[in-house]
Amino acid sequence: MSTLRLWRKAFLRTIPVLMGYSVLGIAFGLLLQQAGYHWLWALGISVFVFAGSMQFVLVGLLSQQAPLTTVAITTLLVNSRHIFYGISFIERFRSMGRRAPYMIFSLTDETYALLCATGDVGSKEERDTLSFRIAVLNQSYWVSGSVIGSVLGSYISFDITGIDFAMTALFTVIFIEQWLSTKRHVPAVIGAACAIGSLLLFGPENFLLPALMVAVTILLAGRSLIGEDA
Amino acid sequence: MNIRYSLLIVLVTAISTLATRVVPFLLFGTAKQEVPRAISYLGRVLPPAVMAALVVYSVKHISFLDHTLWMNEIIGVIVTAVVHLWRRNTLVSIAAGTGIYMVLVQTALL
Repeated sequence: MSTLRLWRKAFLRTIPVLMGYSVLGIAFGLLLQQAGYHWLWALGISVFVFAGSMQFVLVGLLSQQAPLTTVAITTLLVNSRHIFYGISFIERFRSMGRRAPYMIFSLTDETYALLCATGDVGSKEERDTLSFRIAVLNQSYWVSGSVIGSVLGSYISFDITGIDFAMTALFTVIFIEQWLSTKRHVPAVIGAACAIGSLLLFGPENFLLPALMVAVTILLAGRSLIGEDA
Repeated sequence: MNIRYSLLIVLVTAISTLATRVVPFLLFGTAKQEVPRAISYLGRVLPPAVMAALVVYSVKHISFLDHTLWMNEIIGVIVTAVVHLWRRNTLVSIAAGTGIYMVLVQTALL
């Protein structure tokens, strides 16, 4: 496959993320600008932190000039779910050479979701290149959104309320694709049950980490039942 | 605001975020040795479980106290799913689900 076609493929696959990240990035840039920070801050934060929900929390931490231990603990808690994402890509990233550090750095929810859905791409080399371009494109949407938001945010007036639902739709579609691609639905059911149970128990702000921890425990405990080759 | 201190806050956030992403690679991916079987098993079964959790995560603010607080999201997810099962075209499914959701939210139809 020619290199241009791989860029095209990466772009097409990241369109839903483009929709979601632009909007969320603009919202972040706008908030940061209202907190009194120049757009260079939005640029720097989106380039070097690159964590969607955490950057919104960061605006609050900056406005309060919070203690650094609070900053570290909050960040570790908000982003702790990422620990479980890398587990699926240890071997794949290890073989990606110079691109590996960036792949690890840029593993957001959305990039993770798209990388989980690259199983259909033929050769390993093409899949690696496609994965890298998906990661780069996703971050570029996020960075441009943040800068646009912080420079022009207050002038944007057309109603795009709800466009960030594209993220939910993306996760839904990838979930369905994964469901259809395997006969073993136990892991998916465990994930859904743990998430819903945890949400009811702990409320919307703190439910994902316990949900993932319980899901991992059940998956490990049921390894012989689910099957090693699952 | 204090520029120096703000820079420190951003730096600590960046390092802590990277730490959460790099942990599995530091634990299991550095040496040339094989990834433990339990971990590579987890790597294979986790994606569907995580994806289910992410769907829930992305609609986590819905509430069943009032139908206006959940119907839009649930309809959006159902439309996305049905269109996807019908056409199996990711972009079409996402555009359909997001489009319906935006109309419902902006017109406060339900």
